[in-house]
Amino acid sequence: MAAGAAGPGGAERYFTRWYKPDVKGRPCEDFCVLQHSNRICVITLAEAHPLLQSGKTIKNINYQISANCSRLQNKVSGKSKRGAQFLTELAPLCRISSSDGEEYTIYSCIRGRLIEVNENILSNPALLQEKPSTEGYIAVVLPKFEESKSITQGLLTQKEYEEVLLKRRSSAS
Amino acid sequence: MRSAALLSEPVLASAGRRARGLPSMSSLAEKDRPIVQLLLNTGTCPRCILRFCCVGSQMLYRHPHKDLLKDLQEFLRKSQEEEDTVCLDVAHPPCKRLRLEPGGEGADGLKHNGAVLQLPSADSGAAAVGCSAGNVCNVCLGILQEFCEADFVKKVCQKVNAADYQFTSFVFSVSLPPQLSVRERAAWLGVKQQMRNLGLPLPKDDIVQLKEAYKWIIHPQLSEELGVPADGKSLFEVSVVFSHPETDEECHFLATACPDCFKPAKNKQSVFTRMAVIKALEKIKEEDFLKHFPWPPSSPKNLCDALEIQCNNGAVFVAGRYNKYSRNLPQTPWIIDGERKLESSVEELISEHLMAQFKADSFNFSSSGREDVDVRTLGNGRPFAIELVNPRRIHFTAEEMKRLQQAINDSSDKIQVRDLQLVTREAIGRMKEGEEEKTKTYSALIWTDKAIQREDIAFLDDIKELKLDQKTPLRVLHRRPLAVRCRLIHTMKSEYIDEHHFRLHLKTQAGTYIKEFVHGDFGRTKPNIGSLLNRTADILELDVESVDVDWPPTLAD
Ligand SMILES: [Zn+2]
Repeated sequence: MAAGAAGPGGAERYFTRWYKPDVKGRPCEDFCVLQHSNRICVITLAEAHPLLQSGKTIKNINYQISANCSRLQNKVSGKSKRGAQFLTELAPLCRISSSDGEEYTIYSCIRGRLIEVNENILSNPALLQEKPSTEGYIAVVLPKFEESKSITQGLLTQKEYEEVLLKRRSSAS
Repeated sequence: MRSAALLSEPVLASAGRRARGLPSMSSLAEKDRPIVQLLLNTGTCPRCILRFCCVGSQMLYRHPHKDLLKDLQEFLRKSQEEEDTVCLDVAHPPCKRLRLEPGGEGADGLKHNGAVLQLPSADSGAAAVGCSAGNVCNVCLGILQEFCEADFVKKVCQKVNAADYQFTSFVFSVSLPPQLSVRERAAWLGVKQQMRNLGLPLPKDDIVQLKEAYKWIIHPQLSEELGVPADGKSLFEVSVVFSHPETDEECHFLATACPDCFKPAKNKQSVFTRMAVIKALEKIKEEDFLKHFPWPPSSPKNLCDALEIQCNNGAVFVAGRYNKYSRNLPQTPWIIDGERKLESSVEELISEHLMAQFKADSFNFSSSGREDVDVRTLGNGRPFAIELVNPRRIHFTAEEMKRLQQAINDSSDKIQVRDLQLVTREAIGRMKEGEEEKTKTYSALIWTDKAIQREDIAFLDDIKELKLDQKTPLRVLHRRPLAVRCRLIHTMKSEYIDEHHFRLHLKTQAGTYIKEFVHGDFGRTKPNIGSLLNRTADILELDVESVDVDWPPTLAD
């Protein structure tokens, strides 16, 4: 399993981790939202996501989520980030296909404005598997100021998520 | 329009004014007689009459009010006698009630509510509405009467002395109720009419401004009482705000006549500001004015109120350099959602001493850049300046400033201050100048996930002018635009500590985000120390080693 690259203090020391497991009822399709104390959120794959399991090879990452909407077209300007695409909780960010023929949709998990997507993973998909919670992030989302507390209410804390993982393991054995 | 100049200010009219040597009624000429007569009869005070006659002798205005009144009456009597000997016709005008003729354009401008306005005749005496010693002037509303008296001067000076300011001169400023300009205009139009009716040359528009005359009278008294000279350039201001509620509504007709001049402004309580009223008076036609405003202006029951008597000292500026030795101290108060995150701040630790010593109302802190809460500032420190607003105390010797610096340094081990000194407002610009062009020197303590040997990091020392592409760091992205900025790391010098730690000294272009250069910020700063070392790197500690701004001047210890 790829290492979560948190250091002793960590570049992530100002981030709180929130989890959304089994999104859309698909087993183990878990996401992790890193929320900064300034309310900026980084959307990442959680460690248990099928794409991060050994043996998976990423074939393609596609930010074109429908015929007329590409996340690569997102442009923001100014302090107020004018022009950002608005994302609902289950808005797709991208689709990732693996060499075994599976396709996975990555969801925003929180409401907010899309600030940027990670273009580095297009040219270097291995980043996604090697450093899923840092350089292999999917997107940066800025929740509305008044929703910065409520958007994480439906998500699991790190501790709650670990219990989910524990249950999964015990039911599998 | 001729009369526009009457009410515009400031008026530098002394050239057109007769500056006569002797402070007596010899300042008045025979052709002033009808003006004096008319104004005296309609309830205008002697000093306002002198103003309308363009008398420029400051001394004359300082004469006691009742003496001036007597002198004016004497002047009228005397000229009357002289005339009697020359021409009886003038002493007994054919028409006892002079009709005011319409102004210039021939409209029936002086009809008021259908009635023809009538000027009292020259010899109708002061009995009816005329000015006697006790009446409030219908033009200045008492400003040049009671408010020139010793009692009022004492009241102002008591306020000033109680406020306990250090000052070596003063400037006296007055705010007058706007309707005063309307009344002055009305009185002036009456004078013009009278002169026209008598076939005399029209007087000049450049009458002595009320504020100017008031200062002539009150400055010497204030100066005497306060023991310092009046000086228009003084930074110590004594201000009085006058109001006259009884006549407040007299401006209101102008809003109908000239709606453009009265646009509501956010910070003003009323649209009838002095400036708006003056603008409207410049625009309104004489006949429109006379249609709406009664002549002569009524005699008010009450004097103005001196609503506020206030003092203000010009700001004083203090500069120096500070060191910050704590990783738990923000530069300015750290408040999120109204909640205080950390107890103190650099600006508070310094300012509280200055505020106490300068006895200021408030302060404004500025500095050459700033450091994060967890970053120390070492070396010679960071230049800063503090503006002290409305200070009571302003004179400090170099020795006193040194003691003040010592008091700041003794009170906290989180910060130290040096080169503390009084500076000018202009000099502070030098602190901000070049803030963005100057280089900065840092020292960073770095951790790596995989073990390092000395030779693994040695190559960093050979890198010169390393070009970075930095996306706006996530930690500031909520309040700054998203952009990619190109920054330079001029030089680096590494100091090996152990398998997972080393110290890096960096010289960088101002505006480089050092923390992000070390940990990479999710790969958003490229290259970064992690990518250069092919490891995950993180920054444990950061210190600013120097801020290369050569202001304020270094002081000897
Ligand atoms: Zn007056």
